[in-house]
Amino acid sequence: MAFSNRRLEQGGLIDRSKPISFEFNGKRYLGFDGDTLGSALAANGVDIISRSFKYHRPRGFQHLGSADVSSMVQIVGHKDRPNVLASATALTQSMTARSVNCWPSVRFDAGCALSVLSPIVPAGFYYKTFMWPHWHRYEPFIRKLAGFGKAPMNPSRSQFSSRFDHCDVLIVGSGATGLTAARIAARSRARVILVEENFRTGGGLLYSSASIDGMPAVDWADAMVEELESFSNVTVFKNSTAWAYHEGNMVCVIERNVGSDDEVIRNHRIWAKHVILATGAIERPIAFVNNDSPGVMLSSAVSALVRRFAVAPGKNAVLFVNNDQAYQAISPLRDANIAIAAIVDARQHVDESLHELAERCNTQIIEGSVVSKATRRLGRVSAAVVKKRRESGTAKKINCDLLVVSGGWNPAVHLFSQSRGTLRYYDQNACFVPDQPKLQTSVTGSLKGVFSLQESIKDAVAAAIEATKAAGYLSEIAHVPKVTNDLNHYRVDPLWSVDDGNRPSKSFIDLAGDVTVFDLQLACREGFRHTEHLKRYTTAGMGLDQGKTANMNAIGYIAQVTNAHPSHVGTTTYRPPYTPVEFAAISAGRSGRELLAYRHTPMTKWHMDRNAVMQEAGARWRRPACYPLDGESFEQSIRRECASVRHKAGIYDGSPLGKFEITGRDSIQLLNLIFTSRYDNLERKNGRYGIMLTDDGMIFDDGVVFRLDSMRFVMTCSTGGAVKVEQYLEKFIHADQPDLSVFITPVTSQWANATVCGPKARQMLQAAQSNIDFSPESFRFMQMREGVIADMPVRVFRVSFTGELSYEINVPSRYGATLWEYLMAIGDQFDICPIGSEANHVLRVEKGFLSLAHEVDGTLDVFDLGMDWIVDMEKPDFIGKRAMQLRRNANPIRSELIGLLPLDIGQMIEEGAPLTKDESSSQSEGFVSACVWSDVCSSTIALGLLEHGKSRIGQTVIARVNEQCIPAVVTKPVFYDPKGKKLRQ
Amino acid sequence: MLLIPCPWCGDRAESEFRCAGPVRYRRSDMLELNDQSWIEYLCSTDSQRGLVIEHWHHEKGCGEWFRLGRDTVTNTISPVD
Repeated sequence: MAFSNRRLEQGGLIDRSKPISFEFNGKRYLGFDGDTLGSALAANGVDIISRSFKYHRPRGFQHLGSADVSSMVQIVGHKDRPNVLASATALTQSMTARSVNCWPSVRFDAGCALSVLSPIVPAGFYYKTFMWPHWHRYEPFIRKLAGFGKAPMNPSRSQFSSRFDHCDVLIVGSGATGLTAARIAARSRARVILVEENFRTGGGLLYSSASIDGMPAVDWADAMVEELESFSNVTVFKNSTAWAYHEGNMVCVIERNVGSDDEVIRNHRIWAKHVILATGAIERPIAFVNNDSPGVMLSSAVSALVRRFAVAPGKNAVLFVNNDQAYQAISPLRDANIAIAAIVDARQHVDESLHELAERCNTQIIEGSVVSKATRRLGRVSAAVVKKRRESGTAKKINCDLLVVSGGWNPAVHLFSQSRGTLRYYDQNACFVPDQPKLQTSVTGSLKGVFSLQESIKDAVAAAIEATKAAGYLSEIAHVPKVTNDLNHYRVDPLWSVDDGNRPSKSFIDLAGDVTVFDLQLACREGFRHTEHLKRYTTAGMGLDQGKTANMNAIGYIAQVTNAHPSHVGTTTYRPPYTPVEFAAISAGRSGRELLAYRHTPMTKWHMDRNAVMQEAGARWRRPACYPLDGESFEQSIRRECASVRHKAGIYDGSPLGKFEITGRDSIQLLNLIFTSRYDNLERKNGRYGIMLTDDGMIFDDGVVFRLDSMRFVMTCSTGGAVKVEQYLEKFIHADQPDLSVFITPVTSQWANATVCGPKARQMLQAAQSNIDFSPESFRFMQMREGVIADMPVRVFRVSFTGELSYEINVPSRYGATLWEYLMAIGDQFDICPIGSEANHVLRVEKGFLSLAHEVDGTLDVFDLGMDWIVDMEKPDFIGKRAMQLRRNANPIRSELIGLLPLDIGQMIEEGAPLTKDESSSQSEGFVSACVWSDVCSSTIALGLLEHGKSRIGQTVIARVNEQCIPAVVTKPVFYDPKGKKLRQ
Repeated sequence: MLLIPCPWCGDRAESEFRCAGPVRYRRSDMLELNDQSWIEYLCSTDSQRGLVIEHWHHEKGCGEWFRLGRDTVTNTISPVD
């Protein structure tokens, strides 16, 4: 076990009585409860955590929490998860992690040879180089080199869930401002939710030297949270990131319950009457040569390491700063006994009080100077090269093993901006701040560009009173907590990069994507001026942290190079998520089979037991395609099934067919409007086939309507169309024609359907125990009967989709399986055979019956299909009538349904094959919609749509399949029993 | 995601609803249109900026149909009727 050589003897917000053992890159280490994985590694003296994205440079702990892109690791083991930021991840017992993007090890990585080549791989290198012959040839190789972690191969062991929440006031951030605002809102009795990204509440107070109301900042924060948690109207979410802020004032929060083995990751969608954003600010770096070296850290990260985690990240420090806040790091450095070799301040004049502070710490401020380069030894910073900022002169080397950098602070405007709030550039503090909110949002504290703790708290009080009022609650007169022992001013002199970017060098603007100052400069020279273009061309701000640290520096630097004001350069668009979110948490239980479950008919088990080949048949129904016997191919099985329908009897599971009951005194009026044919003269117990059009006169769906009673009808529609037909009818009776008195009830799943078809169907049903008279004189084609079969209540419809004598027997679903087995039993002596949808398809093509999925593509009307008989143009109105008339009057070229017989009788034609006039023509005049082998015709037969098809019967057309030309004769679209005698017999 | 006020159930998540488009003609009014206006009705949809009255259907809830005012710029919802 490695020795914790950098842990301080005392202090910190860690529980030394609870040691935690963990593993990194195969070595075991020890941390404590309260550590992050990053802080535990720092405590153990692990400097190099990862290798960089492009140049494979060694990187270590540099920033705080979710902005620390250099701390990217892969969690392995049963909680396998890629692209985890060690600094943002609570340390848990037996955690196992390893570095990514390095081989063979993180200390010695073969990929860093790329670094030598870096002068020839600047911005846009890939766009310029790997384009010939095609990018995809190079992509796999480059993807392997440039890298993130590996996606886990096994399903996650974590539980994912999703829930909706509502509150009056939602507060994002639990720093001084968030806590102050939360207490005011809580006391007003409003329902309050407080969200904190970190597993410990307190934000910046966790490493602050200030006192609030006479208490050390951390104690004050703890007391505030304790008080908040005592309210029944307050919920505090820790370790929960607000990752998206959407319209409707809805904030998405991902809550991670860590520490237990049954990890739950829960995505909350929270609607708030009012949102208070107290997201604070993120410290920004300054670009100089080797600014990515391990040992270069931002001042807030150093303060947090010492104060919160009791880790001394070095022995001898140099500070490189351009603002007052950075001097807050001096006190923790002193606490950790870290010597301060020098404070390099880029500003020409620094406040006298800061000079006094430096003197008290036995160090000096070097004014008007910058660190131009960090030199490295053994993978860590060893000295800072200091020179004058504005004039040239000799550089001075100051030895150090810790280089503390601060370039100022950027308000965390991400959520505000996601809510479409506008930003403005705040010159005095050199940062973008929220301007106009678009939703019910208040901003407060350092998010607003207020960087004094006392001012922030004052501001939070005002914001909270305003927000609770907006949410409809009255807050009592609030006490403003008093801050002492704090630096109360913030002055900053913007400095984005020390490096002028004129020559290639390793001065990084964006550590996440390895984007250097030179890359940005080059992109500007090449004419990319807009931030959105620069971002995409250089990838600045496109890394794992989505520009949390890099964006402002890139914008500032571009403004400097192009002599523009940063507000004119502008920011790129902020989009969710704020930090990476697992897709599984968003979908939470709505993925795979659970998302769109298959629907089963009551007979499914019977089919499966007979080894039926199950296929999806529209609307998520699974039904048998065919029932192959032992040793039988699919094709043989389909031919056998077809033969039994044509010569004996078949039985088909028609349960998925869309079914509706239509009742009400205006039922007839509705049917007359939605179908092209008439229904007012339909007699009881009779049915009529119909076609529905849309308003633009095109075919929408088809179905059969039976009249049960004077004001009661059963309507069927296609299986795949059931949902859209219901939506369409609902809209029609509620929005378009709301004066109709009609109820439409979908009953698809309420009725199971066994369809008995074939020449022996009647004989068979006459053998069944039933009170229905099946004789041809009594029960005619397109009629229905209600009665019982074997004591089961049935509705029998005499319709046909196969061209044979056919009875659709409907029973309430609970009797479906019993009915099926009963029919199979009595059908035995008639050689009944179950048939699947494939045989059904062959049989309907032989008859030229319409299948909407095949023949109808939204460009056809009823005349095109040769179904003039189904249109009653005498009706004053029906949906689609007017558009169809207008189109017909214009006399356009129409595609018409035809049959096709290939000259070579065994030749199959692929569905969708275009049809041309002759072999030399390239003008498509139609297409093949269905093609099957037909035993009754002893030939391949096809249906298709062809321009002026009806007048071309007898002519030959050419079906084109790739290079092949298949000649076929145009016929009427019916190949079997053209007069329909068999189905009417 | 918006909260949609269903007249029957109260405020519910937008994902429970289907928006059935802006309120346009009733069928009886359509018959009065001349051919040109009828073709325009079929082929072009106003993408109106500002307040639009729409049909909404609480499809995955109580099944209620109602009309709702929605500002297409700000998504501000205002009940109708």
